[in-house]
Amino acid sequence: MHKDNDNTIQLNNINFSYKNRNILENVDLLIEKGEFASIVGPNGGGKTTLIKLILGLLKPDKGNIRVFGKSPKKARQQVGYMPQYAHLDMDFPASVMDVVLMGRLKRSNLWFSKTDRIQAINAIDEVGMSACINKGFNELSGGQKQRILIARALCNNPDILLLDEPTANVDHQTEENLFSTLKKLNSKMTILLVSHDLGFVSKYVKSVICVNRQVVIHPTTLMNGAIIKDIYNGDLKMVRHDHRCSNKGHNHD
Amino acid sequence: MIDVFYAIFDPDNLFLKHAFIMGFLSSISFGIIGTFVTTKRIGYLAGAISHCVFGGIGLALFLQVNMGLAWFDPMLGAVIAAVIAAVIVGLVSLHAKEREDTIIGTLWAVGMASGILLIDITPGYFNIASYLFGDILLISSSDLLYVACLDIFVLCLSILFFNRFFGVCFDSEFTLLRGINTSFFYLLLLILTALTIVLLVRIVGIVLVIALLTIPPAIASFHAKRLWQMMLYSCFLCIFFTWTGLGVSYSLSLSSGPTIIVLSGSAYLVLLIIHKVIKS
Repeated sequence: MHKDNDNTIQLNNINFSYKNRNILENVDLLIEKGEFASIVGPNGGGKTTLIKLILGLLKPDKGNIRVFGKSPKKARQQVGYMPQYAHLDMDFPASVMDVVLMGRLKRSNLWFSKTDRIQAINAIDEVGMSACINKGFNELSGGQKQRILIARALCNNPDILLLDEPTANVDHQTEENLFSTLKKLNSKMTILLVSHDLGFVSKYVKSVICVNRQVVIHPTTLMNGAIIKDIYNGDLKMVRHDHRCSNKGHNHD
Repeated sequence: MIDVFYAIFDPDNLFLKHAFIMGFLSSISFGIIGTFVTTKRIGYLAGAISHCVFGGIGLALFLQVNMGLAWFDPMLGAVIAAVIAAVIVGLVSLHAKEREDTIIGTLWAVGMASGILLIDITPGYFNIASYLFGDILLISSSDLLYVACLDIFVLCLSILFFNRFFGVCFDSEFTLLRGINTSFFYLLLLILTALTIVLLVRIVGIVLVIALLTIPPAIASFHAKRLWQMMLYSCFLCIFFTWTGLGVSYSLSLSSGPTIIVLSGSAYLVLLIIHKVIKS
């Protein structure tokens, strides 16, 4: 058993349905501090739903979710979120700084302070985008926009980072760079991300969370073809097995 | 066009002077609110609100004539109807995810139809066209005062809550996660839109108001890199279109509202094509 404060995210017996269709059934999930996990699964399998439940944007029909031992709504200030790329208007008239500063929005402050600006500059630096700081958001390439959205999620110094398809619409090299950035960030925070390309991400992440109505978490070291076939009905690239994810390895609860 | 310039300062043509001042003042609110409406892509919600305004005007005329409530003038009816419509339209778009466009479309048509029915059962002759397409002869000095007050109101709220409105328009979900009450600011934005629409009904009318709300920001978006720049450009464009439109309509004895709209609409189409050609 783990101590409570080690458990960043805890889902107990979660059920969620939408329009009489069960999206998630009897989900139990425990995410420990320092985890770097990829959420994979077929379209409509409940990946985004899982993220939105953790954010408190959706309420489960049944079950209990705790983030840092608090309700998801109360824990929001400690969570950084990057939404799906396609969800935003990419022609919106905003500078890179305008977008990143959104991460510093607070109920108590109407305008951004100097500290807010410094934090935003640091976050932009952290994702390697300092050169673009004065550019318009709509002038950036797909991969650059993703980075800026990650910077926005980072600039409130979150303890958990939730990323919904951070590598959609980017080329392989950009994806590679993005993941090495995330790997660095993982030393400071827990990271959960939704990804389609399991074969690629398993090189970087410590665990894979498979979502298809049911949720199963596997350390990348223990993944094998049988497990994947079980989840995807066989239609997926194979996980790489030529690496070890961490020195200690992982425990399966 | 020089005759227009003289006409403005001719004391016999006070209405024309009023119209030009009105065009200037209302452009400030229109540039700011129009930018929010365009970037949030809620032009059709603004359309529904503006058509519901006609219901309020009809109700006011009905109460004035049939019930003897002389103080209930059409402008008051329009403001009340607009604000109620904004709240209903806002709540529908926040909560009725699946049937949203059907409900908004229904409100749009029913608001308009009830206005006409109320006018039907009110004795006397009313020039409906002046409300639908605008009539600069109707602009009084108290209208100018109302618009000036609205400008100050819109400017203050937009400056005060700029970052929140920005968040609601660009990424409402993320803004909510930062602890901001996005539903409240969304409704506030719609109410400001409603008030802005009411005050410009005098110049361009209920049917045409949406074009003037969305065309200047659409043109401004070709060059604006930031939201406040888009607002600034929109204000200037809006002043340019209303003034030019008023000038042309006076010189050629045309209706002012449709002249302004045809002018701004054609300018938009031409600039859009030029913009696309340059980009490709």
